[in-house]
Amino acid sequence: MIKALYGNWGLVATALVGFALMVGLPNVLDLYDLLQVTVYIIYAILALSLAFIWGYGGILCFGHSAFFGLGAYTYAIAAINMGESTAPMAMAILLPAALAAALGYFMFYGRISDVYVGVITLTLTLIFYNVVNSTAGAEYHIGRALIGGYNGIPNIPSLNFPLSPDDALDPTAMFVLCMAVLMIVYFGLHGLLATRFGRVLVAVRENEQRVEFLGYDARLHKLVAFSIGGAIAGLAGCLFATWGNYVSPGIFGVQQSAQIIIWLMVGGAGTLLGPMLSAMALSWLTAELGTQQFVNAGAVLGAILLVFVLLVPRGMAPMVAERLVRWLPAPRRPARLTHELAQKGKV
Amino acid sequence: MSPPLIQTRGLTKNFGGVQAVRDVDFSLAEGELRCLIGPNGAGKSTFFKLLTGQLKPTSGSVLLRGKEITRLHAHEIARLGIGIKTQVPSVFNGLSTHDNLWIAAARHHGRRAAARVVEEQIERLALGLFADQPVGQLAHGHRQWVELGLVLCGDPDLILLDEPAAGLTEEERVRTAALIRDINRSHPLIVVEHDMSFIRTIARHITVFDRGTILMEGDVGQVFGNQAVRDVYLGKRVAA
Repeated sequence: MIKALYGNWGLVATALVGFALMVGLPNVLDLYDLLQVTVYIIYAILALSLAFIWGYGGILCFGHSAFFGLGAYTYAIAAINMGESTAPMAMAILLPAALAAALGYFMFYGRISDVYVGVITLTLTLIFYNVVNSTAGAEYHIGRALIGGYNGIPNIPSLNFPLSPDDALDPTAMFVLCMAVLMIVYFGLHGLLATRFGRVLVAVRENEQRVEFLGYDARLHKLVAFSIGGAIAGLAGCLFATWGNYVSPGIFGVQQSAQIIIWLMVGGAGTLLGPMLSAMALSWLTAELGTQQFVNAGAVLGAILLVFVLLVPRGMAPMVAERLVRWLPAPRRPARLTHELAQKGKV
Repeated sequence: MSPPLIQTRGLTKNFGGVQAVRDVDFSLAEGELRCLIGPNGAGKSTFFKLLTGQLKPTSGSVLLRGKEITRLHAHEIARLGIGIKTQVPSVFNGLSTHDNLWIAAARHHGRRAAARVVEEQIERLALGLFADQPVGQLAHGHRQWVELGLVLCGDPDLILLDEPAAGLTEEERVRTAALIRDINRSHPLIVVEHDMSFIRTIARHITVFDRGTILMEGDVGQVFGNQAVRDVYLGKRVAA
């Protein structure tokens, strides 16, 4: 037990910090800051979903906001119609997952190459953007919910405690929920990546052909991973819609999609912690830049991306990990009697 | 009589107007080690890819122990017990040697058994020094052996090797040849190879390809002594 904890000290430390923040922050921050931090956490969940499918699955999803936005709109429309939030939340997870599964089926079983996967996913989110954007007017509604076109959907019901529609979550409860979801997603993905499925998924990223030669169905692994990513992005979208009680077509925009990719590139594709932290840091930075008129926030983000692509192409987390590896205990298997083995290994 | 381990009937592959493989009837018995040779463009590699499901034939069929496998996907063919080593080492460059082999072993074994199989292969291939290193950082020869290890971890019924000696140093070639002979004690093999001196060290039976068809089949002595083979491929210098 103690050995296992020591071997995974990084995860244990992350869990402790996360738990401390979940309990401590509501007592320290004022309401405004707590709301801001909550949305950064929602972005971190979104970043994790792309970190999983892109960083580990090697699926170049350029239009990840499609699933985020679909989750948000699904929740909004379902919650307005149903007047409670539990079923809409489930739908906001399942519908994007189903969309990802359907799209993934055609892309992966049709052996579409990586570049075109990028193009197709980007196109997908732009289709959503244009369709939703042009549905202003009373004739476009689903049940009681007006889709609202470029005006978006206002007055989306907040989340309520399951089975009690009148008992809505206050900002503190919402913060704790988002933090808990973030930790569940983070540790869930960690656990998943340690299973055979997760390890084979990484192998698919490395060499799809070899995975097939070993008897694994690479297409199925990508499909399942893509669907899980879609589900998590949808969940983040649901939280986002309920956080601001508002959603607009901009959620499907290129800017939103690009932002997720920037979080991933800066934090480090191939890690979970990196994109998660960089999503929070960059969202904070974007918000700060928004308070002044001197430079455009988009330009700064672009510059940051350029700097990272040129100078730290693997992102923050791998770089920091390499610098730290000498100072911290690393989970390693015992050294082998390698020389001896090499000597007697002659067949 | 039991059916041959692997057999092709009238196997043909066209690329546009070019017939890369033309009406090939080939069969391999259990336990055999067969070398496929032939000049560049003879259709060896295409034939190899047809056997492994990387390419689908224009016509004809491939049978594994009498069972049709022609239209199966590469991973389904692999599951039936065919292990493949490609010409350019096809490995997981970003993963360590250990993790590479684990992926292969975990297909067939549970956690504990997979760990044991991996250790066995690391020892057999003398890759202990590199067990924790990313395979992408290893020398070409070691990558070739890691790939051989990937194939062996699956304990396949039939092993196909595409130019296993390509790009190896003399010393590495000697070891690879020894490995192949050792593997053949328990596994039938088909080896596509260019290198004549390497062929001589491992081959018993040889199939010679020329212009998409089988020119001749026979044991080493017959093939190297055959005038037609010399003309298309070996040249008098090698055969002498």
